[in-house]
Amino acid sequence: MIEPTVLAAAGQVGEDFFKDRDAGSLCQANNANLFCWDWAKNNIDRYEPFFIQHVELVVISVLIGFVAAFGLALLSRRWSWLRVPFLLGTGVLYTIPSVAFFFLLLPFTGRGRDTAIIALSVYTLQIIYRNTILGLDNVPRASIDAARGMGMTDRQILRKVELPLASPEIVTGLIVATVSTVAIATLAALAGGGGLGEVIVGKEKLGLDFKTNLIIAGGLTIALAIVFGLMLMGVQRMLTPWRRARPA
Amino acid sequence: MAESETGMSAIPVASIEGAIEFIFTPQSSNVTGGKKVGGIDQVIELTLNQLWLTVVALAIALAVALPIGLYLGHRHKWESFAISFGTAGRGIPELILIAFFAAAIGVGFRNVVLALAILGIPPILANAFVGINQVDRSSVDAARGMGMSELEILRKVEIPLAIPTLMGGLRSATIAVVATATIAPYGGYETLGDFIINENVYGENGVLAGAILVALLAVTLELTLAGVQRLLTSPGLKLRPA
Repeated sequence: MIEPTVLAAAGQVGEDFFKDRDAGSLCQANNANLFCWDWAKNNIDRYEPFFIQHVELVVISVLIGFVAAFGLALLSRRWSWLRVPFLLGTGVLYTIPSVAFFFLLLPFTGRGRDTAIIALSVYTLQIIYRNTILGLDNVPRASIDAARGMGMTDRQILRKVELPLASPEIVTGLIVATVSTVAIATLAALAGGGGLGEVIVGKEKLGLDFKTNLIIAGGLTIALAIVFGLMLMGVQRMLTPWRRARPA
Repeated sequence: MAESETGMSAIPVASIEGAIEFIFTPQSSNVTGGKKVGGIDQVIELTLNQLWLTVVALAIALAVALPIGLYLGHRHKWESFAISFGTAGRGIPELILIAFFAAAIGVGFRNVVLALAILGIPPILANAFVGINQVDRSSVDAARGMGMSELEILRKVEIPLAIPTLMGGLRSATIAVVATATIAPYGGYETLGDFIINENVYGENGVLAGAILVALLAVTLELTLAGVQRLLTSPGLKLRPA
């Protein structure tokens, strides 16, 4: 092994690239403390690839789920008899536990990230679909009539009147779906799908019963859920300027 | 399933037929030293384990969340707390929760049940709040005018009118709890998830069988609760125009 200082001096890697993995390993071995600061300080970089995978899993799955659910909502708005089968269908899919879903796909897609993304996107359909329908239903009849009276086409009414007025409910659905997906994506590791669950049950796990590992992984997951939630709440605020104009 | 000549090197690919066979007939395993795994007896045992875990966890969650949600809803207090608590609860990473309880408090039924109850509390509380909070104020005023006590108003007016929302909360909680009960083996309590998690014992067909059984259990519970909701919903509420 090349001396860390040599590489660092050559400017190839930063000095702190070479972590002292042994620091805190006694604490890890005992696992008596709730949190081993030394270990955490020297190993935190190992979470980075799994954190990034986690973000990717969530973003891709929610995007696919959103596009699909939105499409279903528009279809069932046009042909209202589709509404009940869509509600029942997405409801049943939502009921199937995600762990089971990952492995039901086993004979078809095997293990890996694609399987996880399919299961996670399907899981978001129900919440987003239901909230989109609810939002569109709650648009006041009078607003639509006024728009029609102004000579708008159906497409224009949808884009300029109905969707903006329905956006609070749609984004609420998106928030709930995203926050759930962040949590459920930790299970993707069971099916070899990557994400923060990998450090707990994956091939390169850092310890299923190592408390420091669990707290770091859990903390990162919860922080991610909060950040996504707050970002979407910001989007919601931006989309609904009229809410702020109203006196309290 | 025929044992391959080369032993461990060949990994049998999961098939629906194999999974169904696993559910009804015990199979040989590579690691149990001749002891057979799977089969209907073990399936029933693990199903009952998972069901029991779910029911106890939900009972605890109801006992904690329902009074708080009903009270806050009745008083129309802390609206944003109750609602964001419900959303935030979905952000609890269930795998890490179970593993952390096992590592920090210990393994076994009691600790797993507590972890699962924590997952059940947010949806029940949030829906109890929303259901009671949105009951028509004039109905409540009318009841109060008739001389009903606050508790009577809650019991005879608000709860019956809020049944669909209350049951919605229980159903969300049930879905979350029964799903997470699948990974209870990480907390040291065997459920159907054992088939899924311990692939080296049960094989690929066992994994698929576990997934099928868990899915069936969850859908059955959901349908049962949907039926209960129909029975509990006052006939007047079902007449709502479309």
